[in-house]
Amino acid sequence: MKFIHGIAVTVLVVSLAACTKPTQVQPDAGAQAPATTTEGATTSGLGNTAGTAGSGSAAAMTAQQQALAALEAKNTVYFTFDSSEIPSEYLPVVAAHAAYLTKYPAAHIRLEGHTDERGSREYNIGLGERRAQTVRKALMLQGVADAQITTVSYGEERPAAEGHDEAAYAQNRRVVMVQVQ
Amino acid sequence: MKPESVHSRSLLRRVPLLAWLVVLLAGPAHAQLRLDITQGVRDAVPIAVVPFGGQDASAATDVAAIVANDLKLSGRFAPLDRADMVTRPTNGAAIRFQDWRLLKSDFIVVGRVEPDAAGQAVSFELFNVQTGQPLLTQSIPANERGMRAAAHRISDVVFERLTGIPGAFSTRIAYVSAEGKAPAQRYKLVVADADGYGQRTILESPEPIMSPAWSPDGQSLAYVSFEGKASAIYVQRLGTGERRRVSARAGINGAPAWSPDGTRLAITLSRDGNLDLYTLDLATQVLTRITHDEAIDTEPEWSRDGTSLYFTSDRSGNAQVYQVPLDGAREPKRVTFTNAYNARPRLAPDGESLALVTLDRGGYRIATFDLKTRNLRVLTDSTQDESPSFAPNGAMIIYATQAGGHGSLATVSSDGRFQQRLSSEHGDVREPVWSPFPRH
Repeated sequence: MKFIHGIAVTVLVVSLAACTKPTQVQPDAGAQAPATTTEGATTSGLGNTAGTAGSGSAAAMTAQQQALAALEAKNTVYFTFDSSEIPSEYLPVVAAHAAYLTKYPAAHIRLEGHTDERGSREYNIGLGERRAQTVRKALMLQGVADAQITTVSYGEERPAAEGHDEAAYAQNRRVVMVQVQ
Repeated sequence: MKPESVHSRSLLRRVPLLAWLVVLLAGPAHAQLRLDITQGVRDAVPIAVVPFGGQDASAATDVAAIVANDLKLSGRFAPLDRADMVTRPTNGAAIRFQDWRLLKSDFIVVGRVEPDAAGQAVSFELFNVQTGQPLLTQSIPANERGMRAAAHRISDVVFERLTGIPGAFSTRIAYVSAEGKAPAQRYKLVVADADGYGQRTILESPEPIMSPAWSPDGQSLAYVSFEGKASAIYVQRLGTGERRRVSARAGINGAPAWSPDGTRLAITLSRDGNLDLYTLDLATQVLTRITHDEAIDTEPEWSRDGTSLYFTSDRSGNAQVYQVPLDGAREPKRVTFTNAYNARPRLAPDGESLALVTLDRGGYRIATFDLKTRNLRVLTDSTQDESPSFAPNGAMIIYATQAGGHGSLATVSSDGRFQQRLSSEHGDVREPVWSPFPRH
């Protein structure tokens, strides 16, 4: 299940200052608290300990959990080269996510936009965002509230497929719809 | 250890993350980028750099070898093989110029490491072999740890004396590496000397790191990190590792570029769902919007006088380079018209040309664009070249390319005549940026 678990993002900051022995600095008490920021961009994914839905038996799953599991299986829209238009074959996929979000107004979705590796990296961040925005607008046209949606663009930075051919590129031009509990 | 610990705690307050692990590097790093010359020039100037006196075989840093390697990697010089040196003079009076004329060296560098009042100094002399004329005589103080830096200084002054161009051998490069298979990659931000020596990782993360940019004083890097599952812009001081998150607004925070005076960053934000350019005053946090367009506006680069930005925009339907004045007096003006894709402009140190990525005969390649003549000159011939960055002397451009299915770094001289590849032992390397000149 691709729920956002309470992932402890570990970032190593390695100082250029020369030192004889590696030093591990334990996080102080303030840093253990759930992350909150004034601007909101880093709150998602930090301090959220949801994600138990996949662990119970099917019988124990609520209707919402079953619906989520079904959405999880179909959560990606693939795009053609240099396009941010949703191909018609993926409209039902988007509609299924829209139906869930309108049924559960407390639910939240994160749209992750991606591109293939061709072209400049920051420009591709823009293309990935444009794709995510297209899906966002499609969801909103089907009644999803703006506040239920966040977008992030990874550009070409998080390819789904290795390789430098059209087969890999087709896998990488995508928007992944991540239902967030 | 104490100052570092105190320091890390102040970082934790600034950047709230669940777990922090700060590692201070143990001794000098041995990891290295390997440089291979892939396209040489036939008219490289022959020069002899004789092993320096006062350095026996056990010396940790072979000064003459570093100088010879620097000059070779510049593409403009062909250093004489040591095995061909019949004599090894360590001062000008001991040079028999007829020997070196026979060896067809045009110039000769001799020198020695010797004690001085403060500790040690490296003295060196440069001569014209044909005339015997002394061209340079200098002494640089250096302890054993600073011997490599002293060698690069010698390369800098020898290069400038012979070419009229300041050497860029004392500079550094920063780049991003990605290790592991997608989608479970690990990302590192790495700093190394310009000759590939002494790679040091300054940030490591399970989420993407992008767009490193050197501050004009060479003391800090701005970069984009996705460590919070969303992009944010950070400024990190290299000496201490201290860093500050300067922009984490909703949506995209990307493409930081320093103003020439180092007080502001040009950045790209997606507040209305598409990318526009802003400037951010680092002291006051005042944000000023520069472009208003439904297109993608990104990859800003400051003009030398700090009054306008060059940037990439697809407002015409495909990516092209534009220029916009910061005072809002004029609409953005399109700069490039040749080829269907021109992106990521980087201004040459003299301000007269841009390096950029162009779509040329089906491949993404590095080109220079002359701002006066409007001439676009393609310098490379691969299909996935990107992220050009000028050396501070304007003589070379470092960029990212693909080699053997991996991301790799390469340099090309600004005239396109000389190319070399920098290969890394691990993973993909990309987004190289060349530091400014150090302030001695």
